[in-house]
Amino acid sequence: MKHWQPSGTVYGCLLNFQREWDLWTPRMTQDPHKAAPQAPVLYIKTANTFCPAGQELLLQDGVREVDIGATLGLVIGAGGQVAGAALLNDWSVPHTSYYRPPVKFRCRDGFLALPQQFTPGQVSDWAALQIAVRRNGAWVQTIDLRDLVRDLPTLLADVGEFMTLQPGDVLMVGTDCLADGSRPRAKAGDHVEISATGLASVITTVGGAA
Amino acid sequence: MKHARIAWSGAIQQAVASDGQLLITQGPHKGQRVNMGEVVWLPPLAPVAQARTVIALGLNYADHAKELAFKAPEEPLAFMKGEASLIGHQAFTHRPAGVAYMHYECELAVVIGRTARRVKKADAYDFIAGYSVANDYAIRDYLENWYRPNLRVKNRDTCTPIGPWLVDAADVPNPMALQLQTTVNGQVTQSGTTADMIFDVPTLIEYFSSFMTLNPGDVILTGTPDGIVNVKPGDVVVTEIEGIGALTNTLVKA
Repeated sequence: MKHWQPSGTVYGCLLNFQREWDLWTPRMTQDPHKAAPQAPVLYIKTANTFCPAGQELLLQDGVREVDIGATLGLVIGAGGQVAGAALLNDWSVPHTSYYRPPVKFRCRDGFLALPQQFTPGQVSDWAALQIAVRRNGAWVQTIDLRDLVRDLPTLLADVGEFMTLQPGDVLMVGTDCLADGSRPRAKAGDHVEISATGLASVITTVGGAA
Repeated sequence: MKHARIAWSGAIQQAVASDGQLLITQGPHKGQRVNMGEVVWLPPLAPVAQARTVIALGLNYADHAKELAFKAPEEPLAFMKGEASLIGHQAFTHRPAGVAYMHYECELAVVIGRTARRVKKADAYDFIAGYSVANDYAIRDYLENWYRPNLRVKNRDTCTPIGPWLVDAADVPNPMALQLQTTVNGQVTQSGTTADMIFDVPTLIEYFSSFMTLNPGDVILTGTPDGIVNVKPGDVVVTEIEGIGALTNTLVKA
């Protein structure tokens, strides 16, 4: 069976979990940001990042460690409506500044791990979804979509205010941080599994220089 | 050759510029000549299997960087755009009601022709299929200092006209010495030269391919020089690059 890949553009959303928003709040009005973000802060995962189920993430070009970015991607169908959803691992090179676009951190080859297939459904199916992250078999994080700053309908509406999601596009709802603001990380040799009830898991082996 | 992708006779057609007309090159109408005023112009980019990567550069001309009160960047300031923001020549771009400052940006668009990964500057031209003209509109009212320039400024529906032509790389001997010009309702408002890019085209290809794969059909919008002004509904904006083409766009109320 051929494993799923998005046919359209994949968008990600920054600062959409309350914990990270709260940690950032004291700095939001400082330079260089000067104000809290008003609109959703989005980024794009280009097609070179798509890593179909079963392929490993190869760390290369000097990258030794990556942030694990467990998230839910809403898959857009006919008429711009949500047709389904998929768990995704939105890998990124750890970065502490959110000032400039994150191309070098997020658009590297293989930096979006995909499940075997997406799951048809509607937005309300995932309003209280809990996503578990395990590294080498050990639990490291649970993401709870009840902790979103913009819940799924709000995010879709606020994104739709300035751009039209096309059939085949994917809108990722954001990745959560740990209590200290960092994200769980992985390095060569690690095995990372993202799972949630009712959705296909995303399982990735990380390769590269150990 | 100058290639166009047009809608005509109820279907999408491939065409080339020929003696002031469009000559259809494929399909049942192959060999047919059509007047340029009789077609709908689409972005001059062949469809690709997966979402096309569209990279855009900010602050890539020394004078524009100065105009915007930033020091020149030490590495390319790049952001990504969704393919859905692209529209063709002679199309309409929406200006939302109530915004104070929306401006065009005339940019040389580089279209990748071969899969590029870890390409050296000296070899970079071998990976280019051709060039086009893009107008990378921005609405500054929506600028926020989070992943700036943010997508609400730069990834709007209808806000990235591109075309009319894809000009074969072989027909552009030196893309780093082309005059750029924008007119608004016939008045010249922007003029510059690609010679003033901070990071030239080979440097950009080396930089991006050092950490990501560029695929055939991917596009790099290389930034804009000094001379951006506010445009309003009804304005006709022509962004033109010497030897590449003149891209016409009309602003309308959203």
